Amino acid sequence: MTQDNTSTGQGGVRVQARALGKSYGKRQVLQGTELLIEPGEFVAIVGRSGCGKSTLLRLVAGLEPATQGELLLDGQAVKGLNDHTRIMFQEARLLPWRRVLDNVALGLPESGKTAAAQVLEQVGLGDRQKEWPARLSGGQRQRVALARALVHKPQLLLLDEPLGALDALTRIEMHELIENLWKTHGFTALLVTHDVQEAVALADRVILIEDGAIALDERIDLARPRSRGDAHFAAIEKRILDRVLQREDPEPSVDTSWISPPAGGLRWAI
Amino acid sequence: MTTLNTTADELVDKGDLFLDVFPPETDRERALALSHLANAEQSWAVNIALTPIDWRPLLHVLGIVLQRLLPWLVPLTLVVVWQLSSTLGWLSTRVLPAPLSVLDAAWGLAASGELWTHVRISAGRALLGLAVGGGLGLVLGLLTGSVRWLETLLDSTIQMVRNIPALALIPLVILWFGIEESAKLFLISVAVFFPIYINTFHGIRNVDPGLIEMGRTYGLSRWGLYRQIILPGAMSSILVGLRFSLGLMWVILIVAETISAQAGIGYLTMNAREFLQTDVVLVGILLYAALGKLADVFAKGLEKYWLRWHPGYQ
Repeated sequence: MTQDNTSTGQGGVRVQARALGKSYGKRQVLQGTELLIEPGEFVAIVGRSGCGKSTLLRLVAGLEPATQGELLLDGQAVKGLNDHTRIMFQEARLLPWRRVLDNVALGLPESGKTAAAQVLEQVGLGDRQKEWPARLSGGQRQRVALARALVHKPQLLLLDEPLGALDALTRIEMHELIENLWKTHGFTALLVTHDVQEAVALADRVILIEDGAIALDERIDLARPRSRGDAHFAAIEKRILDRVLQREDPEPSVDTSWISPPAGGLRWAI
Repeated sequence: MTTLNTTADELVDKGDLFLDVFPPETDRERALALSHLANAEQSWAVNIALTPIDWRPLLHVLGIVLQRLLPWLVPLTLVVVWQLSSTLGWLSTRVLPAPLSVLDAAWGLAASGELWTHVRISAGRALLGLAVGGGLGLVLGLLTGSVRWLETLLDSTIQMVRNIPALALIPLVILWFGIEESAKLFLISVAVFFPIYINTFHGIRNVDPGLIEMGRTYGLSRWGLYRQIILPGAMSSILVGLRFSLGLMWVILIVAETISAQAGIGYLTMNAREFLQTDVVLVGILLYAALGKLADVFAKGLEKYWLRWHPGYQ
């Protein structure tokens, strides 16, 4: 799904993997991965822990070299870290000895402070600039981490289970925030998660990785913003979850709708 | 008390009168009004009973003062007993001079400027030793902490040498350097080197690798990584090393100055011992204590400033 031209952002990058593989010694973690992500597309990768999804993300980030095949960003082979790619990790990884604003401005010249303040405003933490990270909640720290990634105007944002440690309410807030910022900036987003609902809520495409290979590549044609209470949403989520859990005949007892808000919608307090 | 009680009773009566003039409409209102009246009577009674002789605030203040003074009671008593036994001649000045004569000696030394010369020389020695030994420890700790092959090359040697107590080197040091300034400097430097080296090394090794990876992906150069992530991350550990070193620094200085010195607090005390000036000896001992305390306060201040982000230091 491509972005319309009215977006004010910097646009996205095309990610292409050809017969991509990675092994650590004799252990093959990822093999024969074929993947094409269009510029501005939001792709979620789901799978059980240890299936190789985080490895794929680390290869795309350039944190580790691939052992087989090739990986292209806009036609250019990935060689090490890349200035147009930014990562949000599972933990916020803020520098505890720098104040919030200085954390966001990490790696920027002194003149980057204004941009950092603006992005902090965008993630709703404009008034916490002078705070130490130790004083923020988990959700606020991830917002600072998101601001820190976005201030570099990345063309590719990699999200490595960034919301895994947050509570359910904060996660839903963060989903909305990430979706809105993605719409505004138009970057390509690659989200690794083990939460199928999160994947369905955010992504244009959900990819399932099993035993180091892509086992499912499903386009999610739900209109945005997506409502978790929606029957269609629940059906897609259930189908993918059943596939992840490798249930041959899905049982009706699998109820994943426990978290969905009532039909009237809920308003989440910040 | 009787008069006051009467007033209260009068008031209660007035309340009753009030009820008579404005009779409550319902039972609920009446019950409410009566309970208010009962409350008024009670609180009046309490107030009247205590007003003439209310010791509570005074006792409270006295309690606070006592609590503040209590920790000082024993040392003050000791000093007073000490002073008295000196004045009464129970305690020979050769054993221990009276506190007042110690104060007197300190005042005299300070007024003549002699005190400050010796303090300056001693503190200068200590700080120079700290700068040399601590500086080397910091640099080597940073190097072995950051560069793997340097750790392999140097660390096991340093860990072996570390087990030699600095004071055990004294005979060798006297042979090497004689009893001049360089001997003292060497001893202090050796002693302060190890705590700073070890804590710097471990501080660097314990920096969260996740933060370093994050810094790399955010485009920090090697120097930027070092300055913005590795060094601040190791700082709390380095400061622990500094505090250890400061403690050791004074101990070694005292020993080194007591062996031989031409100036400094150690010289002052040893010289005074020759002339049986116990009051000056005591001034020297107290000076060492004061300098040690000062160094610790300084190190704590550094921690408070550099680690102000740390919830444990706020």
